[in-house]
Amino acid sequence: MADYERVIKARKGIVSIDFAELWRYRELFLFLTWRDILVRYKQTYIGVTWAALQPLLTMVIFTAIFSLVGKFPSNGAPYPVLVFAALLPWQFFANAMTESSQSLVASERMITKVYFPRLIIPASAVMTGIVDLLISVLILIAMMWGFNVPFTPRLLMLLLFFVVAFIAAFSVGLWFSALNVRYRDVKYIVPFIVRMGMYISPVGFISDVVPERYRFLYNLNPMVGVIDGFRWCILGARFEPYWEGFLVSVVVIIILLITGAIYFRSMERTFADVI
Amino acid sequence: MEKPIISVQGIGKRYRIGQTLGNDTLRDHITELVSAVGKIFTGRWQRKSANDEYIWALKDITFDVEAGEVLGIIGRNGAGKSTLLKILSQITEPTEGEAYVRGRLASLLEVGTGFHQELTGRENIFLNGAILGMSKSEISKKFDEIVAFAEVEKFIDTPVKRYSSGMYVRLAFAVAAHLEPEILVVDEVLAVGDAAFQNKCLGKMQEVSRGYGRTVLFVSHNMSAIQTLCGRVVYLNQGRIKGIGPVQEQITAYLRDLKGDGVSTGETNYPLGEVLTLKNLKFSPNPVVSGSDINFDIRIEPKKETSISDLQILIYSVYGVRVGIIDLRRPDGKPYILNQNKPLKINGKIKSLPLVEGDYRIGLYVSCKEYYRDIYDITAITVAAKPSSTANIPCKPIYRGIVEFNSTFESNIND
Repeated sequence: MADYERVIKARKGIVSIDFAELWRYRELFLFLTWRDILVRYKQTYIGVTWAALQPLLTMVIFTAIFSLVGKFPSNGAPYPVLVFAALLPWQFFANAMTESSQSLVASERMITKVYFPRLIIPASAVMTGIVDLLISVLILIAMMWGFNVPFTPRLLMLLLFFVVAFIAAFSVGLWFSALNVRYRDVKYIVPFIVRMGMYISPVGFISDVVPERYRFLYNLNPMVGVIDGFRWCILGARFEPYWEGFLVSVVVIIILLITGAIYFRSMERTFADVI
Repeated sequence: MEKPIISVQGIGKRYRIGQTLGNDTLRDHITELVSAVGKIFTGRWQRKSANDEYIWALKDITFDVEAGEVLGIIGRNGAGKSTLLKILSQITEPTEGEAYVRGRLASLLEVGTGFHQELTGRENIFLNGAILGMSKSEISKKFDEIVAFAEVEKFIDTPVKRYSSGMYVRLAFAVAAHLEPEILVVDEVLAVGDAAFQNKCLGKMQEVSRGYGRTVLFVSHNMSAIQTLCGRVVYLNQGRIKGIGPVQEQITAYLRDLKGDGVSTGETNYPLGEVLTLKNLKFSPNPVVSGSDINFDIRIEPKKETSISDLQILIYSVYGVRVGIIDLRRPDGKPYILNQNKPLKINGKIKSLPLVEGDYRIGLYVSCKEYYRDIYDITAITVAAKPSSTANIPCKPIYRGIVEFNSTFESNIND
C-alpha cells in the first residue's frame, strides 16, 4: 500500500518543477485539452467555420489597407499569402495567450476542490489553439495553390517555428494566468496587447520595412522572429529571416519561460486561497 | 509496527483577514509598494506587526490515522474542518507543521468538480474521473457500473445541462464513489440528493470502508451518519483540537459545548459570513418545557450597508435531521436594509413548542446582497419533558420520534 509517501508542508523559496508528477498527470492534461476542444464551438450556429472566418476576413482587410492603400512592399510575393503566412502564428499566439491567461480563473472550482499540478491548466489552454491553427493551415494550402506559390521541402521547417510560437504563448500564458489569479487587471491588459500586437508585429507588412539599425530592438517582440520564420518557410529564400534578430526573439522567449515558470510555481501555493 | 497512513504533526494555517479577491488590485499593491519605498527613505519603514491582521484557521493540529480507520471530523462552522481536509488534499498549503500521507488520496470536497454543462454524461464521466485521479482504462472498466449506480442509462449521451438536478448529483457522486483510493476524504456530500439516494451513498461509504478496508476521513454535521460510519472522532473548535476519541464521547462533548456556549445566554460575536455578525441569538426559557411557549431574540450587525432578503432559523435534531424552520422574512416581501447604525433586531415566539424532550441544534439560513449561506450549530436548545397528564409513565423519548402532538381522544371503555 504505502508505495509512496507524500510530505505536506510549507514550501519556501524557489520551487522546482516536478516533472515526474507532471508525467503522472499526463492523461488529465489530454482530457482537459479534449474538453476545451469539444466545447469550443458548441451551441454556435456556424460552429468551426468561425475558426476559418476570422483569419480570412483579417487577411482581406490587411491586404486592402497595407497593400492597396498603403502600397507597402511585398518582395514580389502575392500580398494575401504574405499576410496569411503571418496570421497563422500570430492568431495562434493571440488565441493561446488569451485562453491561457483566463484559464486558471475559469477553473476556479477545480482548483479549490481537487489537487493536481496547476501547470497543466494553462498548458492545455495553449494546446486548444492548435485546432484553429490546423484549420488555417488548410486555408493556407488552398491559397498557395491558388496563387501559384511553390511547395518546397522548407515547409517542414514550419514545425520548428511553430514550436517556438507554442513556447512563446505558453511562457506568456504562465505569467498572465498566475497574475490573473491575484490581479484581475490582466483581463483588460491582454485584449490590449492582442490588438496592439497585431499592428506592432510584422503581420500586415514585412519586417524589411523596419530600418536596419532598429531591427535588433524590433526582435525583442518575440513574435517577430516567429513570423519572419513562417514567411521564409512559405514564401521562399527572398524572405530569409534576419537570424541575429531571430536569436534575440528566442532568448527573450527563454527568459519569459524560465521567469514565468518560477513565478507560477511560487504563486501556485496560494492559488486556492486567493482565487 | 506499521506506520499510520496519515500522520499530522503540528499543522497550522494562517489567513490574512480580508484577503479576498475584488479589493485586491494591482493598483493597491503598487500604491503599497510606493509608500513602502517612501518609508524606507524617510526611515519610518517597519514590518507590519502581523498579529492583528492574521487569523489562525488551524493551529497545533496533531493526530494519526491508522489504515482502514474511518475518522469523523466534527465542529461548528468555521472550526477549521474544511481547511484541514484541504491541506491533506494538497489544495492549500499549511503555514507551519507537516503531514505525511502514505497512499493515494481522493477528496470529495464537492461532487461534480470539473463537470461541464455542454458535455454529455458519458464525456463528463471520463473527464471527472480523470480530474479525480482515475486512469482512462480504470474509468472504461467501471463505466457501466457508474452509469447503473447513477440510474441515468437513458440519458448518458445527453448534455448534462439538460439533466434534472437530482440526476446531475447522482451522476457526479457515482463517479466519485467508484474511485479506489487508499484514503477517501468526504465533506458533506450527504447534504445532496433525496433521502433514498443518501442512503445509497451511506451504504457505498460503508462498503468502501468495511469491505475494502479503506481509510475514510468524513466531515459532516449529520451526527447519525457520523455515528453509523466512524470509529473515532476528532472534535475541532476554533482551529484547535478540542477532543479526539470514541464517537459517542466526542459527540456528547460537542453537543454539551453547543448548549453551554455564550450564544445561548445572549451576547456573542458570531460571524455570519464576511459581512454580517450575529450579536445575539437567545432562546428563553432554555431549557423549555415541551408544549410551552419559547421566545427568541436575534440581533445581527452588518460591517457595511447591506440588505437581507432571506433569514430563517433552522432547527435540527441531535442527529442532524431538520425538524423545521422559522421563516423571518419581512411579511411585506421587502428585504431588511441594514447599516452600521441600524442593526437588525428581531424578537418572536414559538407557540406551544411541539417537540419531544431532548436537545435540538439551532442554525441560521441567511441571504444578503453579497452571499447566501447555511450556518449550522450556532446554539442549541434543550426541551424538557412536560409533566404527564395521565396516570401512565410516558414512553421513552427514543420511541416517540420528534413531534409531540397535542391530541385528545375518547374511548367507549371507561371503567
